[in-house]
Amino acid sequence: MPFVDPKPYPAAARVALNDPQLRRNLGKATTAIREKRLRVVAELPDWQALRDAGAAIKTDAMNRLPELLEQLEVSVTKAGGQVHWARDAREANQIVSSIVLRHRAKEVIKIKSITTDEIGLNDALELHGVTAIETDLAELIVQLAHDHPSHILVPAIHKNRAEIRELFLKSFNLEPADLSDEPRALAEVARRYLREKFLTVPVAISGANFAISETGTVGVVESEGNGRMCLTLPKVLVSIMGIEKVLPSLRDLEVMLQLLPRSSTAERMNPYTSLWTGVHAGDGPQEFHLVLLDNGRTKVLEDEVGRQALHCIRCSACLNVCPVYERAGGHAYGSVYPGPIGAILTPQLIGLESEHAQSLPFASSLCGACYEVCPVKINIPEILVYLRGEVVHKKGNSFFNLEAAAMKSVAWVFMDKTRYEFAQKAARVGQMPLVKGNTISSLPGIMSGWTNSRDLPAVPQKSFRDLWRERAAAKRVHP
Amino acid sequence: MSEPRDTATARTAMLSLIRAAIGAPKAALEIPRQYRLETGHTDLTSLLEERIADYRATVHLCNSSDLPQTIAGILERLGVTHLAIPADLPTDWIPANLETLVDRADLEPRHLETADAVLTGCTVAIAETGTIVLDHSSAQGRRALTLIPDRHVCIVFQMQIVDNLPAAISRLTSSVTVGRPLTFISGPSATSDIELSRVEGVHGPRVLEVVIVRE
Ligand code: SF4
Repeated sequence: MPFVDPKPYPAAARVALNDPQLRRNLGKATTAIREKRLRVVAELPDWQALRDAGAAIKTDAMNRLPELLEQLEVSVTKAGGQVHWARDAREANQIVSSIVLRHRAKEVIKIKSITTDEIGLNDALELHGVTAIETDLAELIVQLAHDHPSHILVPAIHKNRAEIRELFLKSFNLEPADLSDEPRALAEVARRYLREKFLTVPVAISGANFAISETGTVGVVESEGNGRMCLTLPKVLVSIMGIEKVLPSLRDLEVMLQLLPRSSTAERMNPYTSLWTGVHAGDGPQEFHLVLLDNGRTKVLEDEVGRQALHCIRCSACLNVCPVYERAGGHAYGSVYPGPIGAILTPQLIGLESEHAQSLPFASSLCGACYEVCPVKINIPEILVYLRGEVVHKKGNSFFNLEAAAMKSVAWVFMDKTRYEFAQKAARVGQMPLVKGNTISSLPGIMSGWTNSRDLPAVPQKSFRDLWRERAAAKRVHP
Repeated sequence: MSEPRDTATARTAMLSLIRAAIGAPKAALEIPRQYRLETGHTDLTSLLEERIADYRATVHLCNSSDLPQTIAGILERLGVTHLAIPADLPTDWIPANLETLVDRADLEPRHLETADAVLTGCTVAIAETGTIVLDHSSAQGRRALTLIPDRHVCIVFQMQIVDNLPAAISRLTSSVTVGRPLTFISGPSATSDIELSRVEGVHGPRVLEVVIVRE
């Protein structure tokens, strides 16, 4: 009983999409990243052995989570850092806000992090009059566009160079003669604007790709160098990580640093990986805070089948291969975690109570491609089937209504050009991981795509279909 | 806001929730490490050279006796007149005619912007992935030193080249345990955020030149 009938899709899409150029670009990007990933993975004769090790490392870490977190706290503290515990988004935001306010910062610089999106940190800071400046290029473009209500919020891949040039001219008060629409020239403008921020803003906020309990070492994997800037130049660094990011030993990095870049940006290695351990005297931030976030994770951990979802290293490979994701796009998942991983993680994080959460496990055709590419071997189809069982158990007969509704909503998406375009924009998440390194934080894939839905609550209590409806309505109001 | 007490409460609550969720304490798992600890490549220097070049960085090979000359040539070609260097850089690496900016802990990062390039050594280079790793100890300087100037010229000695990531991590463990940060560099920074056009060097150094020194 697949969520979508694969047949009508291509047909509906062909009718719906009137922008062949956009479609070609997106198709090209997706195909390129998939092929590139296959190539770099094929280069390693021991890829399967690495996946086995990666899966075992994550299983072990989850098995021993309490002791590892306590050990991490000790190591980070010994190295001069401060560890904070946050049960939910509210507590995490409070901790971060109070640090920022203590330093009287009016601005903070941020490395894109899906965890901070999950807790809605930027909005929380805004309430205190603090502006969070996104420093990833695509994020910056989106953020600047947001500042000008005449521009509808669209992810950067859908903005062509002329539009980005316009945006920059306006945002930075430049003379038209001073700026061409060459990507290099546009990137240069962002470089100059952000360089000043890197050099002057006192507090940086990041996520973390992993933290080693044995040594207290935290790591961020990225591409553009904005990560290194944020981790090195400000006086204060605050890193927010889900409790599941802890790894037992430094040696585990020899596995994760092989699995992650090849799965994510399809590179042998991403341009930059930074590892730091507490505070380094005379080098980098002299105040370091690590916030350990629960926000539903212990609930996921309770479930022996579902807890595998916590093994995710946010590479976004499963998004890139998912046929449903490709069609429905990121918004359909109604959460900061889209795609196959979102379909198993979100319902568990927020609980299977709402119709939205209940509909997510059906957002898959169970083709199995996600499991095949997952670098830590999360058996996504198995968890999807299991969660479907849980939904049926909860809903009894009304389950069939739910499934029918879910199927209708996807069909509905593809019937109309406006809606399809919207889906395409949302789909950027999976299409563009080649853009940057993304870790949960800096891994581009998952996070960068989500930016166009910032106006949605992080964990909306709405169904898959409601979200589509609202987005479509919003789109009509601001064409 | 009484933050310390709040976070202490949260800590206790979170740990007990996690304990309840996972049940009885479990012993550490034996991790199956059947992956390659070495690649079996015999010519790591050539492999490193090829892999770094794949990232569109420039690679030079030279003998140790030619190193100063090679460095001078690169800096001249780049048009460098103001060179940032770590305080402990071997003096014979530094061309005589250049003005230098010597890194020190209290140097404001902004001053590093005045340098046209930075010249450093490294700790380890990983052949299989074309990665250079700095632990910011000898001849490498603080992290800001290799981040702010627009060009990074990095010297790699053959004995610093390791096979693959497992080999690198085992060499780097002592750096981490004595409390040093690590920076892994694989080519210049890059973005494809604008119309999928690859642009090198959004924020880090836009030019990376690596000199591999045969010994
Ligand atoms: S679940 Fe998806 S994003 Fe997470 S590690 Fe596996 S493939 Fe990557």
